[in-house]
Amino acid sequence: MRINCPFCGERGNDEFSYLGDASVVRPDASAPDAADAFYAFAYERRNVAGPTQELWYHSAGCHAWLVVTRDTRTHEISDVKPAQDIALERQNSASTTP
Amino acid sequence: MLSSDRYSIFSVLAEALRGQTGWKPAWRKATPKPSYDIVIVGGGGHGLATAYYLAKRYGNANVAVIEKGWIGGGNVGRNTTIVRSNYLLPGNIPFYETSMKLWEGLEQDLNYNAMVSQRGVLNLYHSDAQRDAYARRGNAMRLHGVDSELLDLDAVRAMYPWLNYDNARFPIKGGLIQRRGGTVRHDAVAWGYARGADRLGVDIIENAEVTGFRIENGKIGGVETTRGFIGANKVGLAVAGNSSRVAALAGMMLPIESHVLQAFVSEGIKPFIDGVVTFGAGHFYISQSDKGGLVFGGDIDGYNSYAQRGNLPVVEDVLEGGMALMPRIGRVRLLRSWGGIMDMSMDGSPIIDRTPIEGLYFNGGWCYGGFKATPASGLCFAHLLARDEPHEVAKAYRLDRFRTGHMIDEKGMGNQPNLH
Amino acid sequence: MTQSQTFRVSGLGLVDRTKSLDFTFDGVPYTGYAGDTLASALLANGIRLVGRSFKYHRPRGILTAGSEEPNALVELRSGARREPNTRATVAELYEGLEAKSQNRFPSLSFDLLSVNGLLSPVFSAGFYYKTFMWPAAFWEKLYEPIIRRAAGLGSAAIEPDPDLYDKANAFCDVLVIGSGPAGLMAALSAARAGAKVIVVDESFAMGGRLLSDVRSIDGKSGVDWANAVVAELAASPRVRLMPRTTIFGAYDSGTFGAVERVADHVAVPAAGEPRQRLWHIVAKHTIVAQGSTERPIVFGNNDRPGVMLASAVRSYINRFGVAPGQTAVVFSNNDDAANTIDDLIRAGMTVAALVDTRPILPPAIKSKARKHGIRVFEGAAVADAIGGQRVSGARIVAAYGTAQTISCDLIAASGGFNPNVQVTTHLGGRSQWQENLAAFVPGTLPKWMAVAGAANGSFSTSSCLIDGARTGAEAAAACGFAAAVATVPSTDDELTEVSAFWHVEAAKHKAFVDQQNDVTAADIRLAEREGFRSVEHLKRYTTLGMATDQGKTSNVNGLAMMAELTNKSIPATGATSARPPYTPVSLGVLAGEHREKHFKPTRLTPSHDWAKERGAVFVETGMWLRAQYFPKSGERDWLETVNREVKTVRSGVGVCDVSTLGKIEVHGTDAGKFLDRVYINMMSTLGVGKARYGMMLREDGVAMDDGTAARFADDRYFITTTTANAIKVLQHLELCRQWHWPDLDVQLFPVSDQWAQYSVAGPRARDLLAKIVDAPFDISNAAFPYMACAEITALGGIKARIYRLSFSGELAYEIAVPARYGDLLIRRLMSEGEEFGAIPYGTEALGVMRIEKGHVAGAELNGTTTAADLGLGKMASTKKDFVGRVLAQRPGLVDPDRPRLIGFKPIDTAVRLRGGAHFIGKDEEPTAQNDQGYMTSVAYSPMLGHWVGLGLLARSEARMGEILKAVDPVRGESTLVQVVPAAFYDVEGARLRV
Repeated sequence: MRINCPFCGERGNDEFSYLGDASVVRPDASAPDAADAFYAFAYERRNVAGPTQELWYHSAGCHAWLVVTRDTRTHEISDVKPAQDIALERQNSASTTP
Repeated sequence: MLSSDRYSIFSVLAEALRGQTGWKPAWRKATPKPSYDIVIVGGGGHGLATAYYLAKRYGNANVAVIEKGWIGGGNVGRNTTIVRSNYLLPGNIPFYETSMKLWEGLEQDLNYNAMVSQRGVLNLYHSDAQRDAYARRGNAMRLHGVDSELLDLDAVRAMYPWLNYDNARFPIKGGLIQRRGGTVRHDAVAWGYARGADRLGVDIIENAEVTGFRIENGKIGGVETTRGFIGANKVGLAVAGNSSRVAALAGMMLPIESHVLQAFVSEGIKPFIDGVVTFGAGHFYISQSDKGGLVFGGDIDGYNSYAQRGNLPVVEDVLEGGMALMPRIGRVRLLRSWGGIMDMSMDGSPIIDRTPIEGLYFNGGWCYGGFKATPASGLCFAHLLARDEPHEVAKAYRLDRFRTGHMIDEKGMGNQPNLH
Repeated sequence: MTQSQTFRVSGLGLVDRTKSLDFTFDGVPYTGYAGDTLASALLANGIRLVGRSFKYHRPRGILTAGSEEPNALVELRSGARREPNTRATVAELYEGLEAKSQNRFPSLSFDLLSVNGLLSPVFSAGFYYKTFMWPAAFWEKLYEPIIRRAAGLGSAAIEPDPDLYDKANAFCDVLVIGSGPAGLMAALSAARAGAKVIVVDESFAMGGRLLSDVRSIDGKSGVDWANAVVAELAASPRVRLMPRTTIFGAYDSGTFGAVERVADHVAVPAAGEPRQRLWHIVAKHTIVAQGSTERPIVFGNNDRPGVMLASAVRSYINRFGVAPGQTAVVFSNNDDAANTIDDLIRAGMTVAALVDTRPILPPAIKSKARKHGIRVFEGAAVADAIGGQRVSGARIVAAYGTAQTISCDLIAASGGFNPNVQVTTHLGGRSQWQENLAAFVPGTLPKWMAVAGAANGSFSTSSCLIDGARTGAEAAAACGFAAAVATVPSTDDELTEVSAFWHVEAAKHKAFVDQQNDVTAADIRLAEREGFRSVEHLKRYTTLGMATDQGKTSNVNGLAMMAELTNKSIPATGATSARPPYTPVSLGVLAGEHREKHFKPTRLTPSHDWAKERGAVFVETGMWLRAQYFPKSGERDWLETVNREVKTVRSGVGVCDVSTLGKIEVHGTDAGKFLDRVYINMMSTLGVGKARYGMMLREDGVAMDDGTAARFADDRYFITTTTANAIKVLQHLELCRQWHWPDLDVQLFPVSDQWAQYSVAGPRARDLLAKIVDAPFDISNAAFPYMACAEITALGGIKARIYRLSFSGELAYEIAVPARYGDLLIRRLMSEGEEFGAIPYGTEALGVMRIEKGHVAGAELNGTTTAADLGLGKMASTKKDFVGRVLAQRPGLVDPDRPRLIGFKPIDTAVRLRGGAHFIGKDEEPTAQNDQGYMTSVAYSPMLGHWVGLGLLARSEARMGEILKAVDPVRGESTLVQVVPAAFYDVEGARLRV
């Protein structure tokens, strides 16, 4: 399996470390439901059979965290983006949402 | 002429004389009835064992096992056949030891030779710290009445004189051995339980895939399948590898990820590895089958997958471990490799519990240790389904343990399934 | 040589008759030619019996001429290079080749275990599941040892494999697998368009079936055409030709695993040359052109030496110039028989009969047979081969049931052709049944894969060429090269009709489906009767297709026979799918050079060379090799040395290389804020020029790592991690930075390898360092107190950093210089320290002193302990969020009954403590119910004169002074210990602040 790192180019998956589902986002620890939210964040997984967004880390390369869109049935990768870009978009959209 | 339904040397000889014409099917090709008391989803080792023990020990044969493909097609037919109970934590040891004891009497119980072969499981250690960690484990086992011995280098050498002792990157210092551990012919476990359950009246329904659950007022009523609706008072899920997919049909999210684990077998060669040997300085474990094939494996690939196949880096990693440990196998050839989907739980330990839906029960999260657990998993799940309370040795396997912070984390890797 | 190569046919074959090669089989010397395989050379010498079967030990010969061979398996070479189960049909002949037959006793022609054949009525499929159950203990003691004695075929070497293996990567636009007419045409087409092309072929010669069949292409012989194409490809800088290379697996994203047999065709690889090389080939587009494999027909005694696939007969004649017999019967269900007859006649053999299962043969074939005076049996079958260790005749059963026996020594059989679709199914694709071809063809493919020629069911040479030209051009176009489809050369057309036929019902003798695993037609029937009807159950129950040939000649026949028995169609019964490897791959090549000392890289510390000179004993800690202790002459054992090292540090001064710690620069205006979120304690409040001990949790609230943070400027921190967690912590921090808090102005720089860092510890540490640190920097206690840090110069202008940190509990500093000065610094520390009696100390003394001080390390930070478990709960700030804070509050993690860190000392001070011992109440039985914790770390304290230990004990704080048993059943020990504080030496910490 080869991942096209936006910074380094296409590399074998042995250069990368896998974390998991990129749809779970670290909750606000000050929220009243923080205990439940952190439980869900840390433990509950949709574990999709199909296209899914996941966090990979270019451990033997540039140390960038990447959001990889990959089909868990075929291992086909359709998109790779820097995680930081997506995280910034997420923050920006959260702050502009009333 | 009488059919030979009881297996023995006499029936084998009798059938030899009449051209093997008297054997009956190992299990009936049952068609689904409108309803059962209990429906078990998943015709793998665990589901079939559950049905067998429900009928045999809990007196309930009004049971169907439904399987989307052919029975035994999941991980019970895709593993490296190792059985052992060399666990560390009190939540695990009694359960796996229960399993080991059931293995020890399985063939006579089932009248089916699954070739339970207790030739020992040896875990090698390579440092003082690893020795002490193994001592902690071995001592925990001994306190639970489970056999375990700490071996020094000379004792390991005497058992396997041809391992790489003298030119190793991580020299072998000794090992922890469970002599009662060993291997079992994996397919035969599925077939033996299927035959045993069938003879007690359980319906085994193949080619029936679950497409949904009928749930009314928070209570289960049955399962929708590709062979129609099947009513049930209770439904037990034993679909490890696909737990999340099936649970999602009931609206549940689980603390589980599906990962691929590859396994390997070499060409058949004259046996020279007696028991199971695990490398302590890399991901590699090996045994040799009664047909002569070296059966071995290593780490999971590390990414979520439902594809039942992996990639080359792990293949190479496994063999690097293999050659580091036993450089004599260089010219032996790899014959087959395959992948199984593991239900990797968030602490590396399984779940056998009720679910928030009344009448729906869950058995899964076996990680890569499901095969050895098959008998105890079946027994404990049968107990839970029959009595609605957990079996004594499976009490720790609660679904809510992550919420309460009572994880059973043998490896200390935390909530990252691919590290367990 | 008395009778040399009597079956060699003059004028035929591609072997080099000027190069004679000597070899031995079972110790008997023979000769062959360069270009032979072991199989062709044996046949040339009239050798037919080459092996014994797995279960019944039946005599077996050579069935095929390729990698699908089930029978002709030998042990090649000897000693440490012994290679069991080597297929004689692919083993290239070389001077001095040594081969032995396998699985026979005492000899190949007289094998005692052939008695198993007589017991075959008992040894039916799966019989072992039905017996050997009583008494239970007899399985390991009696039954299984007997079974294991009979298991396996050849034997593995005993010694380590002496040869080298190599790994390499290759990238291309178009990968072409197979160099027959389709593959060569595809390569030509793609290369001419400008694509970078790799062509692999498992054989040592390129050309595929063109080497084995008589063909005419563009007016040239098939061989000449192939040679011309290969020459053109070889001349192109864009093309890499890889003969002797097998693609064994297709993996994700167009990655292929391939093995190149670099030196398997010589007796011993040249010095430095690998035996084999593992290739990772990454291709944008791939064309599978692996041809097809002929199917045997299942008839009685179809395993006898002298029964051969018709295509193999033609290979031996045309490629190797060997007549595999004198008188042949051709048994077929397809038009390819015409080619076989032509070639047999050309080789000067007699064709006694053509037996075809089809009721009416095509006229062209019939007239050809008639022309050569061959008896033709239409709608007939060879029911049984006659003969024991070699075929002497064929019993032919006609359509209307009459039988007659015809003498022959060769039965050339063909049941049609199976396209070699294996690689197309490695990624989960399912092959599809095509009724008119009576074969499985590739099904859905990845979008970057195409199949050409016989592998795609296009069996004639002309269709192979057309397929190849088209797929080659399409592949080039897919890679961005404008390509016109190359002109397809003209060729003569062959007949390729086939009529499905699997199994001769009229067989009187055992009829083998899987020859290597001795699976018979009767076994398939038994599996059906017992309900093992799905193709996977059939395989698993009978072992069909599980042998070293991976079912290449048996799977489809077995599947078709099951379909007939169950009255189902073949597709409804199942499909064949394959998993890697395509053909068996040596384990050594998959490991490559990563074995022995090179299993994993070795990381050396900056002081390594110096420590080696000094006679240090080294220890593996992860990838690092660290000095464990530095023995002096006269010291009896490691303990005496370590005791001396500890005492010297505690009374004078010692130096320890601590460069293995993980080191990370944390920069940016939000650096303090960032560290507050990843450590449980506050780091933003740390003053510039100060350092602080810190602990990090995982998000699940469990302790992950500890270390120090030093602040060199408002926006510049430097943190350390433990040696073991250096990589893991960096990954975690990068996740926090990039994913959790992307808006923070913070950057991370891993600098673990950039700095050589030494701990200088002991009452004389300051005196020593004063000679190292450049003036005017003041390291007095007043100017540079405990937990201070500074950027300085040392040794006359070398950039350096100094920290007042202590792991040993003594007055201590850590001094760091750029790694390239690490060797200089250790030498200077030692020479300047001579006057103070400075010594180096290793990881053992380091460990003893940290236990004496009660500091936690890997055995306590084991991934299941919380900060509170380790006695560090009070460090956690309540004023902020940090990773792990919320989940650390779960009931199971704050349970007061959790085992917590505490100290232990033996009641009898002469007794040794043991790591891994469990704590049991003094008067309680050693059972799981009474288990209260375990010993994590132990050391002999030379300061106290007895062993001390750290451990995790339930409700430990309340039990100070209590006496417990530390039981260690695996070492047969039980020791009384007393619960004491988890610090044994200078508990108040006075020594480190002086």
